[in-house]
Amino acid sequence: MSEHKSHAGKHHGFAHPASIKSLLLVFFALIILTWLTVFQSTLKLGSIELVVSLTIATIKASLVILFFMHMIHDKPLNAIAFLSSFIFVALFLGFILMDVHGYKDSYEFKNVDSAPKVAAATPE
Amino acid sequence: MTSHEHDSHDASHGHGEHAHMPFQAHHFDDPEQQFDAGKLGIWLFLVTEVLFFSGMFCAYALYRSLHPEVFTFASQYLNETLGATNTGVLLFSSLSMAWGVRCAQMRQRTGLVICLSVTLGCAAVFLGVKAIEYTHKWEMGLLPAGEYVSQFLQTSHHEGLSSWLYVLSAVPALCVVGFGIWYVLCVMSGNKQKAEVAGPFLVTALCYFLGVFIGIVFQNAEAAAHAKHETAAHASDSHPDHDQAEHTSDGHGEAPEQSAAAKLVSHVEPNSAPGAPTLAAVDQAGGAGVFFSIYYCMTGVHAVHILGGIAVLAWLLVRATKDHFNEEYFGPVDYVGLYWHLVDLIWIYLFPLLYLIK
Amino acid sequence: MSAVATKPTHSHYESNEADNFLISSKGFLSWALTLDHKRIGLMYLIGVMSAFFLAGILALVLRTELMTPDQWFLTTQQYNQVFTLHGAIMVFLFIIPSVPAALGNFLVPVMLGAKDVAFPRLNLGSFYLWVGGAIFFMAAMLYTGLDTGWTFYTPYSTQTRGPVVAATMGVFILGFSSIFTGLNFIVTINTMRPPGMSWFKMPLFLWATYATAIIQVLATPVLGITVLLLAAERVFHIGIFDPQFNGDPVVFQHFFWFYSHPAVYIMILPGMGIISELMSVHCHKSIFGYRFIAYSSIAIALFGFLVWGHHMFTSGMAEVTTIVFSALTFTVSIPSAIKVFNWLATMYKGTVQLNTPMCYALSFIFLFTIGGLTGLWLGALSVDRHLHDTYFVVAHFHYVMVGGTLVGFLGGIFHWWPKMTGKMFNDFWGLVSCGFVFVGFNLTFLPQFVMGSRGMPRRYARYLPEFQEMHQMSTVGAYLLGLGLFVALGVLLHSLRRGKKAPPNPWGGATLEWQCSSPPPYYNFQTSPTVNEPYDYTPLVYRDAERGWDYVQPESAPKHVPHS
Repeated sequence: MSEHKSHAGKHHGFAHPASIKSLLLVFFALIILTWLTVFQSTLKLGSIELVVSLTIATIKASLVILFFMHMIHDKPLNAIAFLSSFIFVALFLGFILMDVHGYKDSYEFKNVDSAPKVAAATPE
Repeated sequence: MTSHEHDSHDASHGHGEHAHMPFQAHHFDDPEQQFDAGKLGIWLFLVTEVLFFSGMFCAYALYRSLHPEVFTFASQYLNETLGATNTGVLLFSSLSMAWGVRCAQMRQRTGLVICLSVTLGCAAVFLGVKAIEYTHKWEMGLLPAGEYVSQFLQTSHHEGLSSWLYVLSAVPALCVVGFGIWYVLCVMSGNKQKAEVAGPFLVTALCYFLGVFIGIVFQNAEAAAHAKHETAAHASDSHPDHDQAEHTSDGHGEAPEQSAAAKLVSHVEPNSAPGAPTLAAVDQAGGAGVFFSIYYCMTGVHAVHILGGIAVLAWLLVRATKDHFNEEYFGPVDYVGLYWHLVDLIWIYLFPLLYLIK
Repeated sequence: MSAVATKPTHSHYESNEADNFLISSKGFLSWALTLDHKRIGLMYLIGVMSAFFLAGILALVLRTELMTPDQWFLTTQQYNQVFTLHGAIMVFLFIIPSVPAALGNFLVPVMLGAKDVAFPRLNLGSFYLWVGGAIFFMAAMLYTGLDTGWTFYTPYSTQTRGPVVAATMGVFILGFSSIFTGLNFIVTINTMRPPGMSWFKMPLFLWATYATAIIQVLATPVLGITVLLLAAERVFHIGIFDPQFNGDPVVFQHFFWFYSHPAVYIMILPGMGIISELMSVHCHKSIFGYRFIAYSSIAIALFGFLVWGHHMFTSGMAEVTTIVFSALTFTVSIPSAIKVFNWLATMYKGTVQLNTPMCYALSFIFLFTIGGLTGLWLGALSVDRHLHDTYFVVAHFHYVMVGGTLVGFLGGIFHWWPKMTGKMFNDFWGLVSCGFVFVGFNLTFLPQFVMGSRGMPRRYARYLPEFQEMHQMSTVGAYLLGLGLFVALGVLLHSLRRGKKAPPNPWGGATLEWQCSSPPPYYNFQTSPTVNEPYDYTPLVYRDAERGWDYVQPESAPKHVPHS
């Protein structure tokens, strides 16, 4: 009734074991990039620092996704599903940031007292 | 179609038609379809996790962009070394997890058990370090906005380990004792399979305390470095005065009684531009308190995911010792691996965003 | 599979009566621990209908109180609690799970010719998350009375004394039920389509389910984090949403509506999927513009993520943001309109069978169109300035959710009832129920459009005397609607005892679910069904009322199809 794929000849069938070499290379690259992140934070880069650290983080993330999560050998559908989620995250963050920065001048940042709060706000 | 007990079938306990594939689910045509379905399923779950964390990343982006000075001030209370250590530990656990998937695919049973044990151990070390970080902050009053204690007004300084640490370490301690006893019993009764489970569990529980130890070492190192820095600063200039920080009369002028927090903070250069927020405006519940709210929410939810990961890895370890996995059925290892890598991914972003703000 | 000359392929239908999924295994545990998607679907059906009944009673309580402008039997505090309960139960316990969980669970594998969904245990897990979440949620709200409205806006929800944390944790649990259902369907439709069923040979109900599932997976986690942060705000005062700690209530609304707007598409898309099926089958004509409807479903799902700000036009958003959201809101109406045109075009030169499912389908088209068009007025910034938080909004969303989804859901229940239960219902009384529902519904909500445009605010227990007449019309309509729903329930329950045995294909549908017996055996198909064109009715031959329609292989299909 069901088509049974014979794996007698092939060693791994639909499995694609990663090579130890690639795993170790990726790991060491990640460690180096981590060190780089810490190092660049000690330099006084000013406002560009955020961009640099996020870029390095994204490179690290890409290595993890492509190799440790073996997306590089995976079906395109899985990649599309996962990567497209970031589009929605960008949408979410983008609109809200745009909006809040649009109206932020209409209110003030106040000095909040650390004393016990209003009685009505009873926590659960 | 042979008649069979329909309702008792599921992916792990079904009686398949393939002798070497006892975990074939009846509603799939072949192992590859089952694997592909599971793979897509776990990637979709990861999509939900990404969207789940995005809420907190949004809150972070929002408050950092609105109040960068708050974030710069508050971030210094985060120990960079511990953060970097935890990053390294998680990266290593990702390596061992990916290696474990390879072992499962190649029927290397012992290799898989070792890899899973290493991953579990790393997870426990991470949590141990986190416990030190959290309890240290709780002692210092670095709490969410509602309970935040201003660092400049703080007069007392707590030396040594927080009592909260003992509370947090109670469960791991029980685990050490429990798994230790179980392991000894297994070894004595000669039950190899159970010993292969009990042993790694015991090591994992012990690794939590390794993490605590690492945390203490680096936390003390930081405190020592700041103390040295402080005495050097005192020798060179007169004590910098910050307006509005003079609410309390004691603790600010005399070096030995100065709170550890003030020691740290006095080296942050106050933004002297006109109209810039004063230090007191930043060091208050609605300022730095919000930073710590975001910090606790993000790392807290992340830690909950680590705990969940530990639970699932433990389950996988048990199955691995029973030799369930081979080149046709390694799905569960692969799927848990993907989850674990996502947990690592999130930390890859959390580390620079929370710890490395200067 | 080759057929002999004109011999119809009965072998699909001939399954052992004892294999009927309803009775194949007995006992409480065989249902409580079942992995059979059909049983899970039925349990969901009972669950969501119970929730609907409860929330419907609450609606009648509200409408009764509103017969008079002044207090009758509810204090304003109690009124607030009742509408909160009504909205929360309807949204989270009824309408979001309704079609996907009750009908989708039953139909998705069968329409695919598959044996079950991709993850049967996850499916059962989803059901128990629904049950657990429902108990938790309702207990929380009934305990001390939640009065924030189902939308939990801050700062009121962070400061009120009600059980906000417990209720939001209930929502959190229910969210996972929804996520796992969606995840299951995406994987099932992606990986378990039979050989020969390409994407464009799938029934449109599956396209709609797929689009819905995409939204469930992407949007619901954001609701999860929102309620989690709200709970943290209450317990730890994290200062994200509460102005007391420099938090921002508008940010809460952004977070909340980022999920809740796509959620309304979770509510309507499956209903639209049902209508695509009903229109085609009951007009005995191929659906017009199959690809357009399929693409529109995906378009609605995606565009739906771009417009959430239109719930917040008057909240204090920046002006630029309101303009952007308003413009985007207009685009999202286009795919919906395309679908309406295609359904209507399907009727042209079709053989319309005006039975109960068709009656509900036609009601849907009429009522949904009104609901959708009134949404455009709300999307226009200047007009929304006046209409926001008035009864106009209430009428709009009830037209799309009740006139749209509920009516579509009922149509689907009647349409697939013979398949699910093996019984035919009394069509005359079914039509009566449809009539009462239609008239009652319009009487309830049309006056509300008028009231709203004249300034009647929503969520108000007391109102100016000038609105009394219309409120009273609305209340009478509500009771009529309730009566119609009771008649519908009666028709269905009566059929269980006295209904005639249903043939495998009573309506002449061409999709695969009609190629198994009614009800299906627990394994769905005796032999794997042959994949065909889902809306090609030429192979269908009518026998008689007892035997229903036969699906004859295309090679041997007669050219003339007799009328029923």
